[in-house]
Amino acid sequence: MKNWLSTIQANKRLQAIMIGLYIVVTFLSLYLAQKSVIAFLLLLASLLLLYFTTFSNRIKWLVAGLVMVVLLPFAASQGEAYQSYMEVATLVGIYIAMALGLNIVVGMAGLLDLGFVAFFAIGAYTYGIFATSQANNFMPFGHYPLSGGSFWVFIFIGCLAAALFGILLGIPVLRVKGDYLAIVTLGFGEIIRIIFNNLDKPVNITNGAMGLASVQPPKLFGLDFMYPSQFYYIVLVILLVVIFAVRRLEYSKIGRAWKAVRENEIAAQSMGIHLVRTKLMAFAVGASFSGMMGVVFAAKQTFVDPTSFTLLESITILVMVILGGMGSVPGVILGAALVTILNLQVLTELTNWLNQLSLNGVISIPDALSPAKMQRFIFGAILILFALYRPQGLLPAKNPVFKKEDLTDTSGHPPMNAGVQKEGAQHVHLDS
Amino acid sequence: MSILTVKNLTKQFGGLVANSNIDMDVEKGSITAVIGPNGAGKTTFFNMVTGVYQPTSGDILLNGESIVGLKPHQVTRKGIARTFQNIRLFGAITVLENVMVGMHTHLHGGLFSTIFNLPHVRKEEKEARKEAYRLLEYVGLESLFNEEAQNLPYGAQRKLEIARALATQPKVLLLDEPAAGMNPKETSELTKLIYNMREELDLTIILIEHDMKLVMEISEHIVVLDHGEKIAEGTPDEIRNNQKVIEAYLGKGAAATAS
Repeated sequence: MKNWLSTIQANKRLQAIMIGLYIVVTFLSLYLAQKSVIAFLLLLASLLLLYFTTFSNRIKWLVAGLVMVVLLPFAASQGEAYQSYMEVATLVGIYIAMALGLNIVVGMAGLLDLGFVAFFAIGAYTYGIFATSQANNFMPFGHYPLSGGSFWVFIFIGCLAAALFGILLGIPVLRVKGDYLAIVTLGFGEIIRIIFNNLDKPVNITNGAMGLASVQPPKLFGLDFMYPSQFYYIVLVILLVVIFAVRRLEYSKIGRAWKAVRENEIAAQSMGIHLVRTKLMAFAVGASFSGMMGVVFAAKQTFVDPTSFTLLESITILVMVILGGMGSVPGVILGAALVTILNLQVLTELTNWLNQLSLNGVISIPDALSPAKMQRFIFGAILILFALYRPQGLLPAKNPVFKKEDLTDTSGHPPMNAGVQKEGAQHVHLDS
Repeated sequence: MSILTVKNLTKQFGGLVANSNIDMDVEKGSITAVIGPNGAGKTTFFNMVTGVYQPTSGDILLNGESIVGLKPHQVTRKGIARTFQNIRLFGAITVLENVMVGMHTHLHGGLFSTIFNLPHVRKEEKEARKEAYRLLEYVGLESLFNEEAQNLPYGAQRKLEIARALATQPKVLLLDEPAAGMNPKETSELTKLIYNMREELDLTIILIEHDMKLVMEISEHIVVLDHGEKIAEGTPDEIRNNQKVIEAYLGKGAAATAS
């Protein structure tokens, strides 16, 4: 097996043929099938396969871009389940961005945050309030709802609002460590949700438990964004920006400071690292990703209410990070994709299938045991199994591998792309 | 000229007096040793100088300027770096990155310039990597630069702590038991390294050490603490023959028999 793998690894042409064949086959099966969850998942899995190839990063990004931008939407568009596939893909993107945000806080800076969904809620309500007539209740000027064109500005406003709340949360939280931090953040998450739930009096700001209905759809050049297949592209662009930012930060001065704080606070401080600023930055950057996706979520659902932001959501995001590998960007992307797909597709499909069977009288499954209701059970099991057998996650975090020539080179003109290289042939483009 | 002056420094933890009225003058460019039996308050003293603890009373002056009340990271920026008795490396990141963290006070890249990978950040990072490698060469760890710090052997971890402290470009370097757990060969290498650092890097070194051979060989000035009080100070020869010091280490009865 090892031998066989290393042969493939050494042979790029073979890899190209294999990945090309795989993409073509899964593409065609999704294209031809009216509705095939398996084909959809297999096509998505091509990205994972791509990750393990030894091509340069540029080629990987190009192929991944082709699959995500063209092949996946096109192949799915032929079947009747087009919108439901795109819905899943959109949600996967939203969760990946959030998990990447939490990964900065938990995985890189080592600050366990159990109330992360609060920032998502802040993003969602920021847009929700101003893109419905709700804002008329308390805003003395302007008339609402704002038009769909404002959505694009609100992505930034949501980002900033969440970052601001990240800092506000961070200031009291910096006094506590470890278990206490987890409890404080858990409290924060619940407080935010309960505030949104009750802020309908004395001034009706959030419309309480009723939620905000008919949020304005985003508008661009006269085109309304209504369907998941359209939101898919918005999410894809934001996600790309998020991944780009995370990759840059990961091996930079800031990323190193986060990791130093995680590894040893006292030593980090003694090396001149400003603890407060470093932790606040982790909270703010992590939260801002969530805030942006919150805005998108509000626009996509066209409805915002407090029940979307429960503790279970925070835990789900944490499970994504732990499953994928704390501190590992590719790991967290994989973890978020797996958990979301498990939730939305696999469990739902399994439930449907079992329902079919019991309708036909083959077997009878009591309603309480339906897979869709086992979500928490499955998360619990994942957490226990990973804590026991693979604490570093599916794709563990890797340290950069520095090249000696680049460290000793004293000439003024270093080669392009020199610098840090990761294990295998994956370049971390610190210099590009 | 003294670079570090300590006046009447006292630290109480509740009823326990860890340091009491310590006075000390450290000459610029000297190597000073702080010795004393276990529990004498040596590490507490270091922790106050580096801002980890705030003194109950007294003053610490660096080049005539008080550093009491500063946070540890501010003290580091003023030019005091340290190593730790119980090694505190950033275990899960590489050796080179450990040293680079030490340089952070001298790097200027902010959030946005990092995300957009602006030329000055790129240049600065590249220089930092090279400088970190030079420091690793200096302490003799250059072959291990890509290892995770936690996988290093004990002696190498101690040296890495020194390299990391040097990366902050200190004026005063505090070494807390740098030779603890080292074998005689490693200790003699370390002695040479400490000596070289003082000569070549224009450093003032203060060290806590239990290895008397190293202390007597290397230091020009020795301060002896016992039960939180300074009981003696002077040159190695003076300390060797000081009655109070012998008593502190061996007990009164033994000291009487020896003399």
